[in-house]
Amino acid sequence: MAKPKIATTSLAGCFGCHMSLLDIDERILELVELVEFDKSPVDDIKNFTGRCAIGLVEGGCCNEHNVDVLREFRRHCDILISVGDCATMGGIPALRNTVPLRECLDEAFVNGPSVHNPDGKYPDDPEIPLILDKVYPAHEVVKIDYFLPGCPPTADTLWEALVALLNDKPVELPYQLVKYD
Amino acid sequence: MSQSVMFMIDGVQVEGRAGQSILEAAGEAGVYIPRLCYKEGLSPHGSCRVCTVMVNGRPMSACTSPISLGMIVENDSPRVAQLRRDLIEMLFVAGNHFCMFCEKSGDCELQALAYRFGITAPKYPYMFPKREVDASHPDIFIDRNRCILCGRCVRASKELDGKNVFQFVGRSAEKRIAVNGEALADTDAAVTDAAADACPVGAILKKGVGYVVPVGKREYDDKPIGSDIEAKRPAAGS
Ligand code: SF4
Ligand code: SF4
Ligand code: FES
Repeated sequence: MAKPKIATTSLAGCFGCHMSLLDIDERILELVELVEFDKSPVDDIKNFTGRCAIGLVEGGCCNEHNVDVLREFRRHCDILISVGDCATMGGIPALRNTVPLRECLDEAFVNGPSVHNPDGKYPDDPEIPLILDKVYPAHEVVKIDYFLPGCPPTADTLWEALVALLNDKPVELPYQLVKYD
Repeated sequence: MSQSVMFMIDGVQVEGRAGQSILEAAGEAGVYIPRLCYKEGLSPHGSCRVCTVMVNGRPMSACTSPISLGMIVENDSPRVAQLRRDLIEMLFVAGNHFCMFCEKSGDCELQALAYRFGITAPKYPYMFPKREVDASHPDIFIDRNRCILCGRCVRASKELDGKNVFQFVGRSAEKRIAVNGEALADTDAAVTDAAADACPVGAILKKGVGYVVPVGKREYDDKPIGSDIEAKRPAAGS
């Protein structure tokens, strides 16, 4: 039987959750025995090659590209998991959510103390994804099946959840493994 | 000695004393009823409703309802747990709770309740309200992003400190905690006040002592909130 596939992505996140996944140390050898990585920064596969059993989403949505990738993950993955506080509640990027978007852009591209931008225009190259009015947690954009909060969730949290799901068991994490910090 | 009052919680007979609230009598018997706006030593406020129990089939706040003879209280049941979960989730989306850098994380009663109820994400959309921070005082600060409007600071200041530093202003979504002056620095608030230690969340904190306790050693890192009360429960059959 072919190994189930896993896909991972970092949207509006810092890659800290991916680092935490690598933090499972030598258990990574067990993990590659259990699964095959599909689209993921771990193996640098850019496009889905087929149906995935599990998708791990780090980060919420701060721009339209994040939304496209997240929807693509929902389409290709049987189980979609929000990994970390940014995917779960917006995280540090969502600190901008209480500030109007124009004020954020002005600070970043016009008025900021280290900005040099004589014509005062915001970057508008079509290659740059359009920024959203605010940062959205993943589950406010697509349906999410499981949440693993934490900044980042510990390697043990990720490991226990993955092993349970890959063995068709319910994800029942001990008290110490569900934390918001 | 006040008069003994027998009543039932979750099918178990409990003995309390006349005049006690359900929450207090249950606590003495080792039954933990979740709470946020209640704090021992302060008058009960009855505002957070996290202590909701069913009394003779009707929802009541356990911190403000006195016990009575033969009362039937439902505390540990799926429908009561669901009510409390929903309230806790609402508190998370109504404020700005960035636990990942909050000095109170690990010692926060709101966060600890969410852990106890196994909440991994709230079902309601986040509101991201705009809230003010007051860092004017040399030793204490207010971060209203984290305020859950429990009123513990208000009562501690009035009842224990004999001051009147904190008060609510506004109504409904505009309701917020205000201070008796332009800013906290203009009040007679002192770092030794009971009010400086009364906040269940990270909305009123002392300066210069954040993050002193390492992760893993904080109040709720290993044991759920309420464990100390539950430890008082006599072992089954004894
Ligand atoms: S006050 Fe409590 S729930 Fe709010 S951010 Fe701080 S630790 Fe988290
Ligand atoms: S500042 Fe703290 S103690 Fe005062 S009302 Fe807000 S949450 Fe309660
Ligand atoms: S603890 Fe009873 S209403 Fe808040």
